This record gives sequence, structure tokens and C-alpha cells, in this order.
Amino acid sequence: MNFRQPAARQIAALKIVLFLLCLIPLAHLLLNAWRDELGANPIEFITRALGTWTLNFLLITLLVTPLRHVTGLHWLLRLRRMLGLYAFFYGFLHLLTYLWLDQFFEWSAIAKDIVKRPFITVGFAAIVLMTPLAITSTKGMMKRLGGRKWTRLHRSIYAIAILGVVHYWWLVKKDITQPLLYAVLLGILLGYRALRLAREKQRQLAADPNARS
Amino acid sequence: MLIKRASDIAPSEITSSALFHRRREFIKLAGLGSIAGAAGMLGLPHTASAATRFADLRKGPYGTDEKLTPLKDVTTYNNFYEFGTDKASPAQSAHTLKTRPWTVSIEGLVKTPRQFGIEDILKLAPLEERLYRMRCVEGWSMVIPWVGFPLATLLKQVEPLGGAKYVEFTTLDDARMMPGIRSSVLNWPYREGLRLDEAMHPLTIMAVGLYGEELPNQNGAPLRLVVPWKYGFKGIKSIVKIRFVTFEPETAWMRAAPSEYGFYSNVNPQVDHPRWSQASERRIGDFLKRKTLMFNGYADQVGQLYTGMDMKKYF
Repeated sequence: MNFRQPAARQIAALKIVLFLLCLIPLAHLLLNAWRDELGANPIEFITRALGTWTLNFLLITLLVTPLRHVTGLHWLLRLRRMLGLYAFFYGFLHLLTYLWLDQFFEWSAIAKDIVKRPFITVGFAAIVLMTPLAITSTKGMMKRLGGRKWTRLHRSIYAIAILGVVHYWWLVKKDITQPLLYAVLLGILLGYRALRLAREKQRQLAADPNARS
Repeated sequence: MLIKRASDIAPSEITSSALFHRRREFIKLAGLGSIAGAAGMLGLPHTASAATRFADLRKGPYGTDEKLTPLKDVTTYNNFYEFGTDKASPAQSAHTLKTRPWTVSIEGLVKTPRQFGIEDILKLAPLEERLYRMRCVEGWSMVIPWVGFPLATLLKQVEPLGGAKYVEFTTLDDARMMPGIRSSVLNWPYREGLRLDEAMHPLTIMAVGLYGEELPNQNGAPLRLVVPWKYGFKGIKSIVKIRFVTFEPETAWMRAAPSEYGFYSNVNPQVDHPRWSQASERRIGDFLKRKTLMFNGYADQVGQLYTGMDMKKYF
């Protein structure tokens, strides 16, 4: 396999492997449920695990671009859609556990929760914002929207990831070690982009002396 | 009181609550005084390893016929931040806690400040079995068969003075035995408090055991407070100091987040935690949530303690 420029066939194979890898967290959860090894509070365990993996996949998705820049492996971009869709998949399951296992579809209580509990408000906002990204992830939708519009829409992943980390931060009782870790990692991933953008602007200014005034 | 030592019991073998309830049949059947011995002879499953089983427990008042939370859940799902903030951590790391020798100092506004060895405390009063609901502030609950005696029995030993209005409790603060203390998640030592009338209330107990055996370390060995109409964190564990004071003491959780945790912390479905609802709870082992009861279902016993008090203000 040409590592720099894999053939289409190799990318396809890679995608299948990645698809299966991304299912491991869910398989692990189901296996633990089957073996009755989810602890004293299984519903809390399931909700936490699915929430954690939503955040993990959001960060992994955001890692693709920096990784591509650093390594020069541009084909990594072709795996990004699947990673983002998995973030949505785990986020949707996380929401479903809340609606079904936690609240048992008691819609009035759910509505009250969303309005009244800031950590649920931001979590809910994050999953709502993810939905159009999932819907517009197909090639057809990309064409229909046009590249620029599509890119602008999909930049909302930055806000979604921030909301996700805030959601985690606000729900823990006292020990913020874990949410802090996610905040730092997200800070690095977003900081990298901000820095690159600033440098890009500077370069443009330097290249075009007329732009300076 | 007779304490017998059980032997040759695998820690992995756990008594189900169904078996636990039938324990007296087994004893009768075997015609033996020692439950451990009888269980051993009949090849029954046992509870945790070298724990001491209490003989001749009296059935205490305020019982409930609700299903008991299995011993395994009671002893593996714990909030005891001195051993880590994860609920599984205490069961894994609390073995480092040494509960003998153990001294409890009772001091402050009392006629005769005294130090009690744990052995003396165990002999103070006949031990009772109390089946209490426990509601955690996080929204889950259990039903636990505690072994203990009324806190009032212990407090009366020292004759509180007139100025004593509150009681402050302090947990052991020993980083060598308690690895979680190295983290600054709370301001150590863990402290809790009760108003004197709450402390003297017959529902309030000092627990020294559960499921008929000595308290496992992760549940607050060798002695802990149980105040069933308040959120679980009021039940301070591994107590080394009890102090009578005039003013409301600051508790560890009040210090950590004063807007979220008040001094009273009575179970109240109408007063939400600022970040989540307290209207319902998940009983460990249940699938659906249930409505949380005022004072955790002990309103008839303790409601009069708070007559005329604004429960939203004094949360």
C-alpha cells in the first residue's frame, strides 16, 4: 500500500476497518449489559459511556485536519465524514437513553428539564445542531448546498464541541478532572485552527502591500 | 455483646437479600447460634470476607417492607471521596483503612469531654437492625439494613451544656490510609453537622454495620452517621470527632459549593438542586424512576422539627 497516496480500493478497505472499529465501544457496552456488568446503576453507566464516546468522536473528528496538516496525509480527510457521523450516532443513542431509560418518554418532564437545567439545555442544543450536519453529509447534499455554504454550515461543529464539553462540565458534582481534560484537548484542537488562521491572514497581508493602510 | 469471627469465606460470595431474609430459618434448621457456622455447614453463600457478624440483633423501629438493595450494590456503589470520586473506587481502595485501634473524641460544650474506643462504643447500647431508605442528592436511592444504635445514646454519655445547639462531626483525615485526600476535590477533613434536636431524634443512628455484619470500610467503618430523612452525604463516614457547638457548623459540602448544598439538606422533592431536579429518584435495581417523598418518607417522624421553617431558604 502506498501510504502517501493509497488507491481507491485501499481507501475503501480502510473505511470498512474504521467502520468496524468505531462500533467497538457500542459492542463493549452491549457485551457488558449482556453479562450484567454495568454496576449498581446500569442506566447511569450506559448514559455516561455513550456521552463520553460522543465527545471522543467529536474530538477525533476535529483531529483529522491538524493531523492532515502535520503528516501531509491528505487522504485522511476522506475518513472524516464517517467519524463525524459516528459522533452523531453515539450522541443520538446518548439522547435516546436519556429520553427512554432515564425519563421514560415523559415529555412534560423532559421539556421542563431542557428549559430549566442548563447542562441539559446545552447538551440538547448540541445534538440539535449536529442533526443538520448529519443530514447534509452526503455528496448530493454537499453539491446542492455548494461548497462555501456547506463549509460554513459545517463549521458549527466547533460550537457543538464546545457545548458538549460545557454539558459535561456542568453535570459533574464536584470532581472536574475529566471535563477539564476534554476542555484542554478541545482547546488545543481549536487553538491550532485559530493560530493557523491568524498566520494565514498575516501572510496575505505581507503578500499584498496595498491591503495595509 | 458477642462478636464472633467468621472464617474461610470467599469475598466474591455474596448473600442475596432473599437469602438474608430467610437467615433465621437456616439458623433454626441448623440449631446453631452462629450464623456464620450454620451458613458454612449448609454451604450457603456468604457475605464479604473476614467481616464480623453481629449476634442477637434486635429488630429496631421504623422498619419498611420495601425490597432491600442487594449487598453487592450497597458495597460497590459508594460516594466516599477520601477513596476517590468514582463510585467504584471506595470498594477497590478502602482496604487501606485501618479501623482498629479507633478512637472517637467527644468534645466542645460538654460537661465531661471524653475519648471512646470503638470497643466501648459497641458496648454502649444493644445493637439494632434498622431498615432505612437512603436517598442520595444525585438522584438515586437504596434500602439498607443498617446495624447501629441511636446517636442520642452516645451523646448523652457526655452531658451537653446549655449553650450546645449544634453537633459537628469530623471524618478521619489520614492521607496514608485515604488516597483520595491527596486530591483537593473537597476541603479535608470531611465535616458534617446536625442541629441538636436532629441529632437527638430517635431516627438518627450511629451505624456500625450493615446486613448483619461489621461495616465494610467503603461504607464508613468503623462507625458512621445515618440520618434517613436527609440526603446521603449528611451520613458522615469513619467518624473520629464529635463536637458540641453554639453556632451552625460549616460542612464540607457547604464549603465546596454553598449555593448547591445547605446545612439542612433535608430530602425534599419540591426544592431542586440548582442543577438538577429532586422530584424523582432511581431506586438502585429498579428500571423506572419513582417519586421522591418529602423527608424521604419520614415526614410523620420528623416533620415537626421544621414547623414554620422556610425549606427553600434553609435547604
